[in-house]
Amino acid sequence: MSVDMSQFYQTFFEESVEGLDEMENCLLNLDVGQADPETVNTIFRAAHSIKGGSATFGFAEVAKFTHVMETLLDEMRSGERLVTQEAVDLLLKSVDILRAMLTATQEGQAIEMDPVTRLQSQLEALLGADASLEVKGNGSSNTSANQNKIWDIHFKPHEHLLRTGNDPARIIKELKALGELEIQVDISALPHFKDIEPSASYFSWDFQLTDAGEGKASKEAIEEIFNWVEDDCDLQIIAQENSNVDSVQANTETPTSPKSMPVETRSSEAQASSKGNPEPKTSVKTPVGKKASADSGSIRVSIDKVDALINMVGELVITQSMLGQFGETFEMDQIEKLRDGLVQLERNTRELQENVMRIRMLPISFAFQRFPRVVRDLSQQLGKQVELQLAGEQTELDKTVMEKIGDPLVHLVRNSVDHGIELPEIRKAAGKPEKGHVKLDAYHQGGNVIIEIVDDGAGINKDKVLEKAKERGLVNENDKLSDEQIFDLVFHPGFSTADVVSDVSGRGVGMDVVKRNIRELGGSILVKSEPEKGSTFTIKLPLTLAILDGQLVTVGGETYIIPLVSIIESLQVKKDQVSAIAGTAELYKLRNEYIPVVRLYDLFHCQPISENLEDGLLVVVEGDGQHIGLYVDDLQGQQQVVIKSLETNYRSVEGVSGATILGDGTVALILDITDLIKLSRTIQPGQALDRGMSHSNNQTSNASLVEQNQATNAAA
Amino acid sequence: MSNAVQTLDGDISIDGVAEADQYLTFIMADEEYGVDILRVQEIRGWDSATPIPNTPAYIRGVINLRGVIVPLVDLRERFGIATIDYGPTTVVIVLRVEGAEKERIMGIVVDAVSDVYNVKEGEMKPAPDFGSVGSIDFVRGLVTIDEKMIITLEIDQMLSDQEIGVAVGEE
Repeated sequence: MSVDMSQFYQTFFEESVEGLDEMENCLLNLDVGQADPETVNTIFRAAHSIKGGSATFGFAEVAKFTHVMETLLDEMRSGERLVTQEAVDLLLKSVDILRAMLTATQEGQAIEMDPVTRLQSQLEALLGADASLEVKGNGSSNTSANQNKIWDIHFKPHEHLLRTGNDPARIIKELKALGELEIQVDISALPHFKDIEPSASYFSWDFQLTDAGEGKASKEAIEEIFNWVEDDCDLQIIAQENSNVDSVQANTETPTSPKSMPVETRSSEAQASSKGNPEPKTSVKTPVGKKASADSGSIRVSIDKVDALINMVGELVITQSMLGQFGETFEMDQIEKLRDGLVQLERNTRELQENVMRIRMLPISFAFQRFPRVVRDLSQQLGKQVELQLAGEQTELDKTVMEKIGDPLVHLVRNSVDHGIELPEIRKAAGKPEKGHVKLDAYHQGGNVIIEIVDDGAGINKDKVLEKAKERGLVNENDKLSDEQIFDLVFHPGFSTADVVSDVSGRGVGMDVVKRNIRELGGSILVKSEPEKGSTFTIKLPLTLAILDGQLVTVGGETYIIPLVSIIESLQVKKDQVSAIAGTAELYKLRNEYIPVVRLYDLFHCQPISENLEDGLLVVVEGDGQHIGLYVDDLQGQQQVVIKSLETNYRSVEGVSGATILGDGTVALILDITDLIKLSRTIQPGQALDRGMSHSNNQTSNASLVEQNQATNAAA
Repeated sequence: MSNAVQTLDGDISIDGVAEADQYLTFIMADEEYGVDILRVQEIRGWDSATPIPNTPAYIRGVINLRGVIVPLVDLRERFGIATIDYGPTTVVIVLRVEGAEKERIMGIVVDAVSDVYNVKEGEMKPAPDFGSVGSIDFVRGLVTIDEKMIITLEIDQMLSDQEIGVAVGEE
């Protein structure tokens, strides 16, 4: 019977990632020297579940690696080992490695084994170093009780013992240190030479240990020696003199290491012994054959939210049955009650919608939790002292938005630490505390989520930015720019004011990407900065990608939706403010700016109510940093619309980001402003020339034109 | 249509596992065309559709099918037959189309629905080779029923990604 495990993979990966995040968090909170046992416990549990899971699903490499981590953690947990900085650093690195291993496994790629093996040996070295210390310490303490005894020890290592990094020779040496030792080797299990696997163990030993009178050879001392291998061998320790058989069946299952799990640690030691048999040391192909769908996108929802939904649906059902009753026996004098019922229905529906949307919402702490680590590593690397403050972690954000905002945030935080916060000496000289502060804050404002990254560093040097911009020809020599405009220059591709390009930042790659990513999410970013006081990056994001605030406009009898975030203003055209360059490109003078006029009907090849600019309206929109005036027939209301994909059953359409269903059940297309601007560059503007401004000779009544439109549409 | 449903029931009870495929037929420009009935999701009267800018003329627009945005293909336009005004018999047949990558729901706009026929294996004759005449690729075969010729259509072919301009560069 075989169960298809792959269906559980996704869950395993999700849980593992959560576990890793938790481990990382706890590790960062761990106080070196005096660790909170509960925290260590949490880390241990996370590691343990990952190990268990990976072993179950056959991800042997992951299981094997986690096992070593777990051993270390187990010792910390039981208090056998102090929590040292070294150990915490190693464990943090291990979390990274594990994350990489899991990602690779999930994507069905081979795991990069080199760093894994390296780190694993480091972990083992740490474990081993202290182990021998312990053995010594304990071994000499437990003395007098069992003097002058003879111990019979049967030791049969499992085949993989050598691969776990243990060496029987070491054990024998240590045994010998306890007293007189007679050794018998059983080599009967040794296979024919050609079948020998160099890294496997075939021998078993029978020892007879006689205490040399120094009282060293206590049972405890012997057990200590085998402590590291007891899971990997059959072991019997029998006291001969007092003939009561004190056997230790070591091969029992301990909760920390299920024996079913293939422990195949390949330490450096074992590799040394397996020379001559060149084992494939490189990447190990993972058992996941097919590419696991990278993110099938499941979501964990708290019971509260589900309960709230059930409540609401319950109310909706009640309202519906109430209205149903009205419908059956309706008389005019009940109209008030009917209205009340409809109001209630509306409220229920709205609440239900809001709550369904909340299912997709996750607290932003999911995105924030990686930052303590980022800041810690980075400040260590740069020799800076930085304290990270997180606030508003419970602010909820759409899952999709959250996934896409992570990388830009990392970039901005790195930027703040690298460029913003100064070195301790400089800070001291400037009269600031040596420790710099970076604050990440999130809160709701209207229908938006605001994320702020505030640092108390040097601030952005306006003059330097301006100078660089002029150097690169981004700004003209004599341009007067507002502070805001200057700060906005840092988002220009390839722009960096860093004097030294470090591997952290300063190549000028990224800030433009940050801005682009945020824009793609329908958000915006704003920079404020004061010299010597620090900078603030404010990101404004829509709460969700599934709903959009839209402005309904009509062109040629069809309704389109312009996202409200891209609209700057809507205005009636004044004829004297329109000019046509070379008779083709029309420009509208809006205060101090000339903005190109784009006639939506030209882009969409439909018939407008009127081609005369004065008859319609100009909606000034912004896309990709550019302003255009979109000429439409009329503005309708504003409303929240639910975004539906055109691609599900058709394909993406230029200039259109999606569709929605209006109150009357018809479909309206949502305009993609950035795309429209691109599209407007490709069409021939020549056709706009004649009918442009000059006249309005086709002044037939609008109504008849509409009819004409519909007729054309139907026939087209 | 109730007639058709009865036929369907009758067949199942009488013939059991008869090797017959059922085709829903529709009329267009006096010809009768058939599509595999298992692919038909629903038939609805023509209402309005929202046109999509910058798409081929045969993409009539999109409609709201219970919250799903479904594109409509005008089959006359697609076949290059002279278009007529939509009338009361004009219907949209909503079909499940299996594309190369995914399944789509699409509608075809035709003059009128006609009937449901059982077509036994062997009754279907392959379409004659018309040489380079276009739009013949999506003919599955020809069937004669009651002295009438019915053209059965291969809808996956007819509404494939390339055909409806989904593939990159196709318009």
